[in-house]
Amino acid sequence: MKIFLGAAPGVGKTYEMLSVARRRRAEGVDVVVGIVETHGRRETEALLENLPVVPRRRFPYRGREFEELNLDALLTRKPQVALVDELAHTNVPGSRHEKRYQDVEELLDAGIDVFTTLNVQHIESLNDLVERITGVKVRERLPNHVLETADEIELIDLPPEELTKRLREGKVYVPEEAQRAVDNFFSRGNLLVLRELAMRMAVERVDADLQSYMQARAIEGPWPARGRILVCIGADAQAERLIRLGKRIADRRQLPWTVLHVQTSRAEELAEQQRERLQLAFTLADQLGARAESIHGSSIANEVLAYAAARNITEIVVGRSRRRLVQLRLRPALASVLIEGGSDFEITVASQPHEDVRTEAAAPGSVTPNRLRLRPYVESAIAVALAAGVSWVLDLYVQIGDLSLVFLFAVLISAIRHGLGAGLFAAALASLTFNFLFTDPRFTLRISDPEDLLSILFFLLVSVIGGNLAARLRTQMQITRDSAEQSGLLFDFSRRIAGAVSAEDLLRATCQYLTETLEFESIALRAYAGAGVGEAIGAAEPAPALIDIDRGAAEWAATHAEPAGWSTGTLPASWWLFAPLGTVQRPLGVIGLNLGAKHATLTPEQQRLYFAMRDQAATALERILLTEDVKRAQLVSESDRLRSALLSSVSHDLRTPLASIIGSATSLNELGDNASQSARRELASTILEEGQRLNRFVQNLLDMTRLGYGALKPNNDWCDLRELIGRARARLEEPLHEHRLEVTVAPEAEIIYADGALLEQVIVNVLDNAAKFSPSGSRIAVGANVQGEDLVITVTDEGPGIPPAERERVFDMFYRVRDRDQRRPGTGLGLAICKGFVEAMGGWIAVRAGQEGHGTRVEIALPRRDPPRNRLHEAA
Amino acid sequence: MSAGRILIIDDEPQIRRFLRVSLDAHGFEISEAANAKEALQSLTSDPPALIILDLGLPDRDGQALLPDIRAVSAAPVIVLSVRADEREKVRALDAGATDYVVKPFGMPEFLARVRAALRVRSGAEVAPAYHVGDLHVDIARHRVTLDGRVIRLSKREFHLLAVLVAHAGRVVTHAQLLREVWGPTHEEDTQYLRVYVGQLRDKLGDDPLKPRFIENEPGVGYRLIEP
Repeated sequence: MKIFLGAAPGVGKTYEMLSVARRRRAEGVDVVVGIVETHGRRETEALLENLPVVPRRRFPYRGREFEELNLDALLTRKPQVALVDELAHTNVPGSRHEKRYQDVEELLDAGIDVFTTLNVQHIESLNDLVERITGVKVRERLPNHVLETADEIELIDLPPEELTKRLREGKVYVPEEAQRAVDNFFSRGNLLVLRELAMRMAVERVDADLQSYMQARAIEGPWPARGRILVCIGADAQAERLIRLGKRIADRRQLPWTVLHVQTSRAEELAEQQRERLQLAFTLADQLGARAESIHGSSIANEVLAYAAARNITEIVVGRSRRRLVQLRLRPALASVLIEGGSDFEITVASQPHEDVRTEAAAPGSVTPNRLRLRPYVESAIAVALAAGVSWVLDLYVQIGDLSLVFLFAVLISAIRHGLGAGLFAAALASLTFNFLFTDPRFTLRISDPEDLLSILFFLLVSVIGGNLAARLRTQMQITRDSAEQSGLLFDFSRRIAGAVSAEDLLRATCQYLTETLEFESIALRAYAGAGVGEAIGAAEPAPALIDIDRGAAEWAATHAEPAGWSTGTLPASWWLFAPLGTVQRPLGVIGLNLGAKHATLTPEQQRLYFAMRDQAATALERILLTEDVKRAQLVSESDRLRSALLSSVSHDLRTPLASIIGSATSLNELGDNASQSARRELASTILEEGQRLNRFVQNLLDMTRLGYGALKPNNDWCDLRELIGRARARLEEPLHEHRLEVTVAPEAEIIYADGALLEQVIVNVLDNAAKFSPSGSRIAVGANVQGEDLVITVTDEGPGIPPAERERVFDMFYRVRDRDQRRPGTGLGLAICKGFVEAMGGWIAVRAGQEGHGTRVEIALPRRDPPRNRLHEAA
Repeated sequence: MSAGRILIIDDEPQIRRFLRVSLDAHGFEISEAANAKEALQSLTSDPPALIILDLGLPDRDGQALLPDIRAVSAAPVIVLSVRADEREKVRALDAGATDYVVKPFGMPEFLARVRAALRVRSGAEVAPAYHVGDLHVDIARHRVTLDGRVIRLSKREFHLLAVLVAHAGRVVTHAQLLREVWGPTHEEDTQYLRVYVGQLRDKLGDDPLKPRFIENEPGVGYRLIEP
């Protein structure tokens, strides 16, 4: 990206950009105009001629039509260089991005180089400086990190005199409504300052380039080991200023920086307004390229120092807080504690400008509304009153040396229950009450006995210290409880999602949990690399409906692996805040919260919880997807195995009968009339037998595919089992003719509710196997009887039997029992088909040892049903 | 002497060839059609006595062609197909096919079906009597004898046997049997059939393991074995 930087409008940035673009084009570079504002300047317009232009996109908004950069058209056109004027421009609401620089970032991500223009006052970190100097509030701001992505910054310089001249000549476009502000803005003094700022910006950039060049080549330089700058902010109006200051320092030092907020227990009682302020501050820090973090702790100074020590912090920036007299006495200012404790760090204390004090003083109620809460004080007062009562009673009946202990108890209770303020209040009240009730002279606040005076003073001292300790204990407890609660929630969440077996289960569980804990409607969508996002999954059916802009935000979040939608910089018009699961390379999905419906933003805790759950869900999703991948790979290898088994089976079992058929047929042909009657008959029956064998094989393959498609729906009806056995026998006439087949069907097993065609095929396959594996002349017994709930058909042969270890596996596809001498003809499909068919009819099939341990017995069991006789007799 | 003209509708030349050779040897006159279009032309120009129809034709499905054939010809149709699914069979039979033979098939069986189908053609004179082995059925006199002994059949048993006799050698679908014997409201009640066929078999001394008279076609119907 190349930025043409100017001090003010009218210095000729666009003109220069177009000139450069034309030169590049002449060199053969594919340069396309994305958006260029000529503001009617003739020289500029002339430069636009012959440059290809991507038509702008028209947006109707509030009855007017706006023209914006057509991002999608540009992405599709994919030129080498795109010209995009006015980088800091804010897009019309409803555009994909809120800001034009986000459009530019997307172009850059897509590999399109961008030439763009920028005025120095739009740079975020200079924003308040410009405002202070020129008195003009600039609303369009450009985050500094965008500037850092520029490969080149070209300063377009024009001396202020010349610019003023051009202005007078009307060469600079000035919108009428802003005329007054602009007149003010274009004063000579302002222009000088802006020019200075622009030059400094450009020079800093050159410095940085030089430095990184030297570092990259290990040239020794005067810089120390890299550190980090830490900016400590509170939830007050200073935060924003501190962050901008931090950015300037970080830029000058060329160091990364962090914005830190320490949350003490009091922060939970922050007013809505303060929470929002903190939120804004974090967003700003993010935009300015800082890492923003919020941590818990009881002492801000200690937490800051510990944090700084652990993270290679070299410089700490804090604000000088405005303090009340009381606070000043009780607790030293953060800055001074840091200065005392942080000798290793360079500490910058930013002073607080007056107007900030004024604004805060003007609205005291808004600062710490919890101070106005009366309840803790009322309760403390009650505690003290109770203590007084108890003491009074004790004083009447028992002689106790010092009743102040009873009051101390009340003070400690108040401090533990309500914090330091209430504790101190209770201490003061208790000492007064004690003084009033129990020191001589009684019922006055006067003290006659110096011993009493001493004891009251000590009481006050002890209760202040004790109260302080108790309050701190309470804070610690609170923090511990909070973090325990959060880790409890996360643990609970991880347990909930651990049970999910499919991606959808997981996403649904995540939604349910998010909805329960954060109390916003939530949604999840799967994302696919290069294929957008899938169907919405909600906590319950049906999933919440998404409109186009929501889906757009979800898709953007997934593909860029960054949050999008509500309260973000991308498609904030969507009500949903989407957080991505996965990375840019491997997007897995997004989860979204409907914040827009309640016009809410997440508090830092909620945000932390949300993103922690997001991380857990992402990990779990990754796990599930990986498992699915592994399963799929296994399936693929399994089907590979089946395919090769099928191929070998087909080549062997189809070719063998074909060889006999072709051989016999050619013999018949060749012998012609010379063939004897008997030879002819023999050859013909070979053809017939082999043809039938081939047919059985094909039938097996067909049956297998029927099973494989899972489309097998048994057409059950009442059949006569004897008929089916008879048909099977008829079909196997040739293979069975050397065996003795004995059929015994018990009368109650004659009528069976099954799919006749399927059961017939099962019997054929089992009988065929029996014939194949048992010696000729042996007996094959087919029986059928009722055993409990089942009707069991048995086929017993006198073959070699099947070893127990292999009895399960014979039902696997293409499995053949190993034979000592050679492999038997067959496909290894027969029993697999039987199993499939029998199970489809709701039964089971098993292989057992035959009679007296010899041979094999196959048992086919089908659920028994009583034939509907009664109805029949009525009808007959 | 010609035993009648047979139209073979099949797109496979090999199938047509062996059918032609075989049927020719049995004295039939043969005409051939390789697709539905040729078949319909041949049907009108040269009406056959029997049609052999393959379901898998290149230009139209045989199932769809059946009604068209029925519209121009009353000749019996034997469907010849590799589709072995019972539902296909029932569909073809219900659409007017006389019989259904699954490929591959043996020639003796096929010739028997052809003869049976041709007998229906001369419908009027058809078999008031049926005899296979020692079984004699005299429809007109309601008399059934087995090995000379008179078999007593109930009215419905006899009715069932009579329907089978009328279609001897051809499969009669469950629905058709139920419709003709029990009436159109009982077309679904296949369990009646099973019971009555069982009783009939018992009385006729027919072994379901090795049927001599009544053959079951699972999921389709029953057939009285060709004399």
